[in-house]
Amino acid sequence: MSRFARRLVGFNLLTAVVLAVAGYLFGAWLGDRISAAPSLAYVAETGENDVSLVLGYLLGVVGFLVGLGAANYPIRRVLGYPPSLPQPEADGIGRYFRFFPDHKVVGLQYLVGVGLFFFIAGVNAMLIRLELLRPEQSIFPPDKYLTVVGLHGSMMMGVMTSAVLGPFGNYLVPLMIGARRSAFPRLEALSFWLLVAADVILLTAVALGGFQTGWTGYAPLSGQGAYGIDAYLCFFALIGLSMTLLGLNLTATVVTMRASGLGWGRLPIFVWGVVTTAAMMVLAAPVLIVALLLVLLDRTAQTSFFVQSLGGSSYLFENLFWFFGHPEVYLLALPGMGILLQLLPVFTRKPLWGYRLAVAGMLGIALISFTVWQHHLFVSGLAADLRPFYMLSTELISIPTGFVFVAALGTLWAGRIRLTVPMLFCLAWIFNFLIGGLTGIYQSDVPSDVTAHGSFFVLAHFHYTIMGGLVFTFFAAVYYWLPKMTGYALSERWGKVHFWLMFLGFNSTFLPLFVVGLLGMPRRVVTYPERFEFLNAWASISAFVLGFSMLVFLANLVYSLLIARTPAEENPWHSTSVEWQTSSPPPPHNFDRVPVIGDPHDYGIAPAGSSP
Amino acid sequence: MRLSRDFARVLVIWVVASAIATPVVAIFLTPDLPPGIATDDAAGQQVDNEVLTAVATPVVLLIVIFLAYVLIVFRQQGSAIEEGPRVYGHAGAQTVWIVASTAIVLGLFAFGTFRLLEAGAAGGGQGPSPLSPLHAVGGESVLPVQVIGQQWQFTYRYPTYDGLQTPHLVLPVGRPVELHVTSLDVVHSFWAYGLGVKADANPGVDNVAYVKPSRVGTFDVRCAELCGIWHGYMFDTGRVVGERSFEAWIKDQQRIFAPVQKYLPPYSDTYLPAPQGRAG
Repeated sequence: MSRFARRLVGFNLLTAVVLAVAGYLFGAWLGDRISAAPSLAYVAETGENDVSLVLGYLLGVVGFLVGLGAANYPIRRVLGYPPSLPQPEADGIGRYFRFFPDHKVVGLQYLVGVGLFFFIAGVNAMLIRLELLRPEQSIFPPDKYLTVVGLHGSMMMGVMTSAVLGPFGNYLVPLMIGARRSAFPRLEALSFWLLVAADVILLTAVALGGFQTGWTGYAPLSGQGAYGIDAYLCFFALIGLSMTLLGLNLTATVVTMRASGLGWGRLPIFVWGVVTTAAMMVLAAPVLIVALLLVLLDRTAQTSFFVQSLGGSSYLFENLFWFFGHPEVYLLALPGMGILLQLLPVFTRKPLWGYRLAVAGMLGIALISFTVWQHHLFVSGLAADLRPFYMLSTELISIPTGFVFVAALGTLWAGRIRLTVPMLFCLAWIFNFLIGGLTGIYQSDVPSDVTAHGSFFVLAHFHYTIMGGLVFTFFAAVYYWLPKMTGYALSERWGKVHFWLMFLGFNSTFLPLFVVGLLGMPRRVVTYPERFEFLNAWASISAFVLGFSMLVFLANLVYSLLIARTPAEENPWHSTSVEWQTSSPPPPHNFDRVPVIGDPHDYGIAPAGSSP
Repeated sequence: MRLSRDFARVLVIWVVASAIATPVVAIFLTPDLPPGIATDDAAGQQVDNEVLTAVATPVVLLIVIFLAYVLIVFRQQGSAIEEGPRVYGHAGAQTVWIVASTAIVLGLFAFGTFRLLEAGAAGGGQGPSPLSPLHAVGGESVLPVQVIGQQWQFTYRYPTYDGLQTPHLVLPVGRPVELHVTSLDVVHSFWAYGLGVKADANPGVDNVAYVKPSRVGTFDVRCAELCGIWHGYMFDTGRVVGERSFEAWIKDQQRIFAPVQKYLPPYSDTYLPAPQGRAG
């Protein structure tokens, strides 16, 4: 046996794929045996048996995780053996393809994974805009179009929830709090590989007839669909599980593993952004899992949680889904705020202005976000007399959001502002989130929401908060921290080209869509009246510019990391925060000596002789 | 003090810009805002849109002017790293910000609640049993119309005209209408754009919306909730006509649909057909 062949045997990605296929086949076989299939008319008619498919997915995921080695540790402990921990010092590219409980490895795995799925979902967005170039249905038949829409929405929601916490939260939080690892390294690795399994399952939907429910998957519509719906449901439930574990680990890490002396009042603001998000994930994501499990039970075990004529309720799904779904959109906002307020002081050479106010803002958003979910249901007729309450709670969120704004503005005031690429992306957040936030007010006001609800206005609004907010700060973080993670500098010039194409393309795409929505175009339609053609064509062409900006970024990444390979300076941004006090990339154990952590208020070069 | 002079400048620019822009927006831009003035609901919603846009104008100006000023005045030239002032906050500025934002938010809440409950601008789904007395218009003249969503069209029943069911929505002008929205299969959303009405259609639920058309004309009807493959094609056009044309239209429809009327189920608030999906 050659050395190479020997390396292929063991707990790695190859074994995982083999066991995943085996698990799927066994599950599908088992499902065919045990299900009450013959009694169900649709099984005979369509040749599709949901029990078999869902069991296949379930055991496929189990096989995948076992193949990766996720079960080694618990099995050894149960059998009474001493735990065999992988060597954290292990080197080489191979560890990125394994179940590797190290926060820096998992962080980079997440960065690549999130980037890949973001790219796939982005291609779907381009296909959507291609179809909407013309008013009549042109490229996709309606069912295919809705599948593209659903894939775009689901995959974006699935990766965006982890887009900052996965890569940057995992990688940087232990560094920023002076820890050598995270609290639950194996859960951390598990959360990443669950994300991969989930997204692969979602992609199988394409081969299974797609799914026509969008990312919201409302019941009872989801009870009608073919096999593709099962893929969507399993995907999202696994994403929920991945989010819960990710949040659990990061919350525990921040609560228990801060270096001595690092009290809550001195925590870097980015860590506040992460820990508030992580705690919300732990509370909200399980509700999503439950909601999707109930739909899966409806489709397989023939329960009727959502079937009205058998005592179920379509409102039940809407309630459960948005009880998760609304905290979710804020957990897409908070990490971006954390990045913004972490980076602004570096590029203004000033301490964060109003640190306590900013922290209060993040905590306030996290708390209030659990009380607003029925603003998605203002016209549903559900608990109509509670609408003033949800109007109040929704509008109250603008107060803590305002805290974050004023902290950003105060930091900029009288600063020594340098327009580096990460800074440009941060400044774009302020503009984009302003538009996103203010258009949210229209939807919190019930009479105004009557027009906005379910229209392109809502669509433009949440693209302004998620893409204009989270994705812009995500790129700020990439340009800012990638030199730390890889040791190589990214090209500033191409970064600026990327920024301007993305900023102009983004605004030019989504500003007209507010108008289209107000004029009466509902979401998720394959056709629209001809009078909306100009604005839609404008948005489509702008969207292609936006898509092209991502290719510029990709080219920059490939050029800087693979071709030019200019070593990054030790501290290219002259930051004073802790993660830059160690080498780039950091050693496996993070710090030779656990650092004494300074005050986040402090900024700039400390006068000689003074200690922080 | 250079800083306070800068701050005074920003304030003056902002006050002047807002004083000019806000009335311009309120007077010239917002009167054309959706959803128009064809019904009392639509007109009421337009007022909300106007007020929100007018309130948002100075807020946008504040942030944009502040950003522009800061980027022009405080931008550092050259490559040397210069340190900024060590300012950690400003109690006065923070207090003003908190008080002002809270006041605006509570003001918007009070305004929105008043508009929803008192001013008849609701237009959305009021649920099966609206408690707010002002929405229950009452009286002899109210016309109940049932909107039934099903994959993939809306049909309409007129219970006061022997439960007449037609695929067209025609409403008389000047008469309060009580729309009862329900569904036979999945969740739809009845969006009558020009009427200022959007109400979800859930199976087994009677979701009420009130509207009083004040102008004769046509309006778009679209489904605003993803309801399956042909969702994008679930639209038609409704009409608001004079009282006499309405009566004539009803007679016409009764004649046309008389042969099928006897096969329909009796009029009811909700209908619960057997489940059509894989569930249950």
